[in-house]
Amino acid sequence: MVDFTSGFWTWFISISTIVSIVGILIFLLKCSKRSPDEDPDNVKTMGHVWDGDLEEYNNPLPTWWFYWFLLTIVWAAAYLVFYPGLGSFAGVLGWTQVNQLENEMQVAEDKYGPLYQKYLNTDIAALATDGAALKVGERLYASYCTTCHGSDARGARGYPNLRDDDWLYGGEPEQIKTTIMQGRTAAMPPWGGILSSDDVFNVTSYVEQLAGREVDDMHASSGGKIFNTNCAMCHGAEGKGNVMFGAPNLTDDIWLYGGSQKKIIESINAGRSGVMPPHKEFLGEAKVHILTAYIYSLSKE
Amino acid sequence: MTDSGTYNYKVVRQFAIMTIVWGIVGMLVGVVIAAQLAWPALNFDIPWLTFGRLRPLHTNAVIFAFGGSALFATSYYIVQRTCHARLCSDKVAAFTFWGWQVVIVLAAITFPLGLTQSKEYAELIWPIDLLITVVWVAYAYVFFGTIVKRKIKHIYVANWFFAAYILTIAVLHIFNSLAVPTSLLHSYSIYAGVQDAMVQWWYGHNAVGFFLTAGFLGMMYYFVPKLAGRPVYSYRLSIVHFWALTFTYVWAGPHHLHYTALPDWAQSLGMVMSIILLAPSWGGMINGMMTLSGAWHKLRTDPVLRMLIVSLSFYGMSTFEGPMMAIKTVNALSHYTDWTIGHVHSGALGWVAFISLGCMYYMIPRLYGRTIYSVKLIEVHFWVSTIGIVLYIVAMWVAGIMQGLMWRAVNDDGTLTYSFVESVEAMHPFYIIRFLGGVLFLSGTLVMAYNIWKTIAGSEPVTAPIPEPVGAH
Repeated sequence: MVDFTSGFWTWFISISTIVSIVGILIFLLKCSKRSPDEDPDNVKTMGHVWDGDLEEYNNPLPTWWFYWFLLTIVWAAAYLVFYPGLGSFAGVLGWTQVNQLENEMQVAEDKYGPLYQKYLNTDIAALATDGAALKVGERLYASYCTTCHGSDARGARGYPNLRDDDWLYGGEPEQIKTTIMQGRTAAMPPWGGILSSDDVFNVTSYVEQLAGREVDDMHASSGGKIFNTNCAMCHGAEGKGNVMFGAPNLTDDIWLYGGSQKKIIESINAGRSGVMPPHKEFLGEAKVHILTAYIYSLSKE
Repeated sequence: MTDSGTYNYKVVRQFAIMTIVWGIVGMLVGVVIAAQLAWPALNFDIPWLTFGRLRPLHTNAVIFAFGGSALFATSYYIVQRTCHARLCSDKVAAFTFWGWQVVIVLAAITFPLGLTQSKEYAELIWPIDLLITVVWVAYAYVFFGTIVKRKIKHIYVANWFFAAYILTIAVLHIFNSLAVPTSLLHSYSIYAGVQDAMVQWWYGHNAVGFFLTAGFLGMMYYFVPKLAGRPVYSYRLSIVHFWALTFTYVWAGPHHLHYTALPDWAQSLGMVMSIILLAPSWGGMINGMMTLSGAWHKLRTDPVLRMLIVSLSFYGMSTFEGPMMAIKTVNALSHYTDWTIGHVHSGALGWVAFISLGCMYYMIPRLYGRTIYSVKLIEVHFWVSTIGIVLYIVAMWVAGIMQGLMWRAVNDDGTLTYSFVESVEAMHPFYIIRFLGGVLFLSGTLVMAYNIWKTIAGSEPVTAPIPEPVGAH
């Protein structure tokens, strides 16, 4: 068995356990014996006196307590026959926590599998208008997505809002499904060591201008040159982003990591990395399919 | 009279007073974090007031500062009086007092600063762990050194329990805390992965078993027969439950790791030994309760004895609940819920705190040569705190079982009925009730502090001569 580095341990564990349980049993039986001259109606003290008046009777063990103790020992021994416990001995029922999990998952699969299979064969856009499917999707969302994207799906700093129409990796049903199935990893490299702090400030001005804010033209135009050389590759010449890399559109006023001047400077200096974990193995395609429909429906509200 | 003809009450007095001081501090921190769970804004966004830092401060303060001081005080008192001998070294005993207080103060500084080795109930960083080890060895020296000096050949049962607790806690503390320091304030455990978890719970469960059970049974075996004025019910029962309890407890840790990466066989062994532990645990309760037979009327007139007997009832209740929760099927529902918190507090408030405070009511007036200032106030303390305990544990039972059921509730389509945050929301009223329970328990303790203060104010410390043992041995 994989738990052990050698067969010795099975013997070590089994023998210690059996000797211990049998030992407790013998000890209990021995201590419960009454001597023939004992009179239960006239129990005497042990004859020692401590601290002036502390003494001990020697009443017999309460009968109910004795049998109760005995019962737990018998139960323990029986349990170790039926279930794993004595080293690598598997127990006669062959139970393991892993096969318990697998059985429960199989039961669930048999029961709910067909329902999800039916949805899997339906087009996502069609599911997005199917009330029953959306209810299932909403529940899946509540269990698996709220931790990052929030109970209202409006996201949080670093976690995209799923209710607007701005999509880092594309908002078509298949694109959303790929995002959930495979996960996404975005990497904005840090520019702090490459660009001077003046350059960073100028690029920030340019980015703010792209977003439609009033900024100093001189800073923005010199920032624009730096943008074209360094940033346009991912964010595009017009700053509209690129779904290939998950590079955000900089011309709207939606900011994943905060849109204040300070936060934009921080993003450029230190870089950002966003990770959406893959759910294919964890949830299976059928559930992801329904989740996709639900999330797609949110953006269409 | 020379020192050698008297008991060392000085160190007992010191620990007894600090028991009450640290009890109030630890409970107050508990009330604060209970309030934070109900109203999270109460951490005021100040890092050292956050739940994650104050929670270990609360657990360490109540277990090691409050419970620890009570154990030091009572074990020093009992070992002297039942051995008819002064502590074997006044200096070493004084060192254990001051050393232990330094440990507590360091804990109160390091936890809010966020310094922790992140092992539950053993969060203190390694330099403090070393200090604990030194103090504990000194404690063992004083205790066993005094046992050696005893005038009565037979060792009284209370001392068996103190001996088991001192020895086992030494072993547990040392092996659980083994670590490789990387700096003065940081270290890595020498165990990795599931082995670390197993060692942690071997320690954690036996901190409950030996620190919070065996030690306090030692108190019970002295103060209950003293207050009842009756001999201990059964010597034989004390032998069976002592050996069965100390032997079986050390196996039970894995029940904290059901359905985890711990191998199935280890989980099973932890579970069956927890079931076997039920009867030995109850042995102590039976021996205490039955000691009262023939003196039940004293419960009406003596609120301190009543406090001790109620504490034994809570002990019986939580040691029944414990093995039940160790059963895998029950654990699958109870694990990670507030039921666990309720279980711990029926033991911590009902058993440990009540028996400790009851013993202080007995001991402190005798240490200062006074009678208690007000029996009426003991009654007030008893009832206010008892209502507090009941509110606390009932709230946590309901909350915990509800949590467990909400987490596993499933819709027709196989999806979970409740998102996690909905179960958190459902806890809110029970967190408020738990907070109120804590406030009541703390209030009772404050009443006691006032009562004790009025009792000892202006008194002269008692010098108690050592009497000759009664009878021939």
